Amino acid sequence: MTEKEQALAELEKIRSEALAVLADVADEEGLEAWRVAHLGRNSPVMGVFSGMGKLDKELRPLMGKAANEVRQTLEEALAEKRELLETAALQNMLTTEKLDVTLPGRPVDRGRLHPLTKVLRRVTRIFGDMGFQVYRSPEVETDDYNFTYLNMPPYHPARDMWDTFYTKRDGVLLRTHTSPGQIRVMRERAPEPIRAILPGATMRYEQLSARSEIEFVQVEVLVIGKGVTFAELKGTLDDFARRLFGEDARTRLRPSHFPFTEPSAEMDVGCFVCGGEGCPVCKETGWLEILGCGMVHPVVLQYGGYDPEVYSGFAAGMGIDRSTLMRYRIDDIRHFRNNDIRFLRQF
Amino acid sequence: MKVPITWLNDYVDIADLNLEELAKKMTLVGLEVEEIRLVGMPMPPGEKHEFKYAGLSWPEDKFVVAQVDEVMPHPNADRLVLCRLNDGNEEIIVLTGAPNLFEYLGKGPLDKPLKVAYAREGAQLYDGHQPGKQLTTLKRMKIRGVESFSMICSEKELGISDEHEGVILLDDDAPTGMPLVAYMGDAVFDVDTLPNMVRDASVLGMAREIAAATGRELHYPDDSLTATGKPIQGRAAIQIEDPELNPRFVLGLIEDIKVQPSPYWVRRRLNLVGMRPINCIVDATNYVMLELGEPLHAFDYDILLNRAGGKSPTIITRTAQEGERLTTLDGVQHTLDAEMELVTDTAGALSLAGVMGGEESEVTSSTTNVLLEGASWNFINIRKTVSKLKINSEAAYRFSRGVHPALAELGVRLSLKRMAEWGEGQIAEGLIDNYPNPPADPVVELSADWVNASLGTEIEAQKIADILSRLEFTCEVESDTIRAQTPPHRLDIHEGVIGQADLLEEISRIYGFDKIPSRRLDQPLPPQSSSEELVMEDDLRDLLVNLGLQELIAYRMTSPEREARRFPPEYQAPEVDYIEIQNPISVERRVMRRSILASMLEIMEYNSSLDQRLALFEIGPVFNPVEGQQLPQEKQMLSIGLSGLRHKTTWQGGEPEVMDFYDLKGVVEGVMQGMHIAGVTFRAGEHPSLHPGKTAEILIGETVVGVMGELHPLVKANYEMEEAPVMLAELDLDAVLGAARILFDVEAVPTYPPVLEDLAVVVDEVVTAADVENVLRLGGGDYLAKVQLFDIYRGKQLGEGKKSLAFSLTYIAPDRTLTDKEVLKLRDKIIRLLDEELGASLRS
Repeated sequence: MTEKEQALAELEKIRSEALAVLADVADEEGLEAWRVAHLGRNSPVMGVFSGMGKLDKELRPLMGKAANEVRQTLEEALAEKRELLETAALQNMLTTEKLDVTLPGRPVDRGRLHPLTKVLRRVTRIFGDMGFQVYRSPEVETDDYNFTYLNMPPYHPARDMWDTFYTKRDGVLLRTHTSPGQIRVMRERAPEPIRAILPGATMRYEQLSARSEIEFVQVEVLVIGKGVTFAELKGTLDDFARRLFGEDARTRLRPSHFPFTEPSAEMDVGCFVCGGEGCPVCKETGWLEILGCGMVHPVVLQYGGYDPEVYSGFAAGMGIDRSTLMRYRIDDIRHFRNNDIRFLRQF
Repeated sequence: MKVPITWLNDYVDIADLNLEELAKKMTLVGLEVEEIRLVGMPMPPGEKHEFKYAGLSWPEDKFVVAQVDEVMPHPNADRLVLCRLNDGNEEIIVLTGAPNLFEYLGKGPLDKPLKVAYAREGAQLYDGHQPGKQLTTLKRMKIRGVESFSMICSEKELGISDEHEGVILLDDDAPTGMPLVAYMGDAVFDVDTLPNMVRDASVLGMAREIAAATGRELHYPDDSLTATGKPIQGRAAIQIEDPELNPRFVLGLIEDIKVQPSPYWVRRRLNLVGMRPINCIVDATNYVMLELGEPLHAFDYDILLNRAGGKSPTIITRTAQEGERLTTLDGVQHTLDAEMELVTDTAGALSLAGVMGGEESEVTSSTTNVLLEGASWNFINIRKTVSKLKINSEAAYRFSRGVHPALAELGVRLSLKRMAEWGEGQIAEGLIDNYPNPPADPVVELSADWVNASLGTEIEAQKIADILSRLEFTCEVESDTIRAQTPPHRLDIHEGVIGQADLLEEISRIYGFDKIPSRRLDQPLPPQSSSEELVMEDDLRDLLVNLGLQELIAYRMTSPEREARRFPPEYQAPEVDYIEIQNPISVERRVMRRSILASMLEIMEYNSSLDQRLALFEIGPVFNPVEGQQLPQEKQMLSIGLSGLRHKTTWQGGEPEVMDFYDLKGVVEGVMQGMHIAGVTFRAGEHPSLHPGKTAEILIGETVVGVMGELHPLVKANYEMEEAPVMLAELDLDAVLGAARILFDVEAVPTYPPVLEDLAVVVDEVVTAADVENVLRLGGGDYLAKVQLFDIYRGKQLGEGKKSLAFSLTYIAPDRTLTDKEVLKLRDKIIRLLDEELGASLRS
């Protein structure tokens, strides 16, 4: 055997032995040990490079090339083996790791709006889209604003429609409705046209029960302009009802009486629980009463600073509590102000 | 008001309408039908009904008019009788215990058979012996040895009234064998009468609306009188002192009347409306009040003669003298004031005008001559009297809402006619009528053009006039203009522009709201502006929700005692003025709240044991009376309450952590950052409700805008709460929102890497973290982008009264990477300042 042949055989031995050992490597640790043993500084193949000086000068290029090829082969084999091991490890992880997905998630302590705020927001957003501006007016009001300016002079029979909380201050009461805000907005805005809504708390003397509260939230709607018609009242409230209760909500107006509107009406919407078939929510009538409305009374226009010969308008008032009760089929109106956390956290 | 539909049918022909159709028509003109009580009539056909039904139907084959020909003793029972009864088909022996049949016992075959309501075997009716309305079915059985399978009915058994003392004895002309439902079947509508429609608190009034709605004819009751007695003229006189209070007074006289029960159909109608029949005199006044809406009052004429010393009595209407007393016929003595109107004679007060009669001149069973009053009163005056005396009556209900004086005369005529018919009296010829103050009955002029422009309709002038005519307005049409004369039964139509609105209501209601088109607003948009305060308030709500808090809405009404619970027991709270409620529902809710914290504490108490973690907020007003102002200041406040676990426990376990001051502070800081409020600082503060060492004032700039801290243990003891400490904050909403910025500068995102450095500073215990941070920022200047406290350490090595605060500092320059040298320079400056300002050293 020539020196050359001997050297090449040596290299081939290094290669085949290393590959044979590699085939048995089973994990990352073994792989690293193999790398140190067969490609490290003291590995046989590296020994070939360092022993190159002892070789015949003419053989050196040939041997260098051959040794490089072996090293390259081993490096490739290492990479291949590493990939194989990684794939196997991943496969192993994916098959062995298994969660009980039915275990509850870690609770996030979510904040919530009060249900009345939620519903009120839907209502104000709908009117906001139609160009209505939101106002606030006092909850403790004067008798004048709550009654007289709304066409109910002292001892007017219609005052009986509201069971009023009076204060010990002369002429001061807790507002029984949001309607006094009509006068306040008119006086602020006259003679400009108005599209306003006034949400807020109102108070009435009632015996507390599942169906009646002493405090509740109302929204007042007011439009003033030249030539505002009853047809526009209908159209605006129809649009509102469809947006709040759904595209195919049916509505109807029934004559009613409020001293501050004339004509006055009550709006019913087809019961959204039973679709008008009759159920306990609508008391089997198929209709739910949602708001009172009407054309602003000339006396009210006058008190607000608008000439009834020139201006007209419409107003509506709706109870948010009632709508919220119906929306979520809540059994007791007192839940809203009891603030029982077990009730509130359902929203 | 309750109205039997057979009574309505007297004035407008509605027999062809089924109950459902009729109720719907009434509801759509403003007579809201709340319930329909069947009294014999069948349910309307169809599965689905819009109205609520109650009551009992009388099937034609089960209930008939029958006649009792003889009342015979029961062989085995003294308290029962046997009736030989003919139901039109056959003769039957029927057993009954009705006391009102005993007087016919042993009289043999009756000359005039008794007409009764008879229920056959299998009939379903109310059990007369059970309380309330319990259904029972008639079955064949033996009672004391006699077979029984059918029944002669009482009103209670038929659902007419609660009367069960005896069986119904029908009027003599009732046709034997006729199905009972055909003879007297009815349905009673319970109608909610609107306050401005008191004219409809009568059967005729409702009939008028139905006539208008259906275009049918309205028939007034016949009020023609046959006078058989001496003229009334000279036998009584009327003197009205104030025609403003008493616009009209009418008197009629009827003599030789027999005080006896009214005919059965009258008593049945009264019962159905809910009014107890008394005798033919009282019944006639009540019947006409229900029929026409005009309350009437009957005086015993002989008592008046007596009081006048035998001379013809003079009726004087006047206001009471201050302190004058009157006992009304309900036996209550009233002390009157000088505003209250009285009906008197020369001997004194007779009745409280328009409200209730006096005891003394009341008709009794021995009355033979009746002086009948029909009057008209000022409704505001009556209302005042009613509210001051806390008295009510059917008369006051109507007079306090306004009854037209024209009805006074019609009422007297109808009532006299009925008394004559039902009590066989002699009507004195003529009436005495004093009518000093007739109402205006305004003529309202309006154009069809205006009506259509107001409603958005296209109704012709003639059609408008037709609608009004159906409501008895007298109309003239001249091209586009309608002149409508108000009919003499309503006081709710005004002059001029208000009158036009009044008529618009009438036109639209009868025309039908459903026929008015529905259009979108066709108006120029008003000048647009935002209610910034309300928008920001909503932003704040969202922010608090994002911070994990639950919104509350608390009662505004509370009591000073409830609010005082937020103070320690020994604390001397300064006296404050409250908005006090004159008529509270309870002492617990007699003032408007002044403390939003008190509301929060009550709600936390309520929920304390209901959840592991409470994180709550409320935005709402407190009501502070202001010296010299009529209305209180409604100050908007924000309250925050935290208590319990930082995170709810889960199946993964881990040590539960309880929320403390710094959780609350994190929320408050989150609010301030979220609202982009600059210059927020905290400093130790005091508040009677809070732990003195765990209280901070919240400042924006130099202004204190709120307070926060841990609930004082002595205050906590005032509430029933779980062990975990309670954190509270209270902020002035206007101050917070006033400092909130909608527009703010966004800092450039750094393009050069930061240099991070940790610094542990040893200071005296009294030095606050904020003090140290201020010095750090002073030394670091603009390059010090972030200062974060990450550890606090106290220990022996540091020495007594010392603590170490470890901060992580982030240096950044906007235009380059800072060199180590530059950072070292900054660090040296900081260390020097710490030493100079705070005597602080670095922890080695």
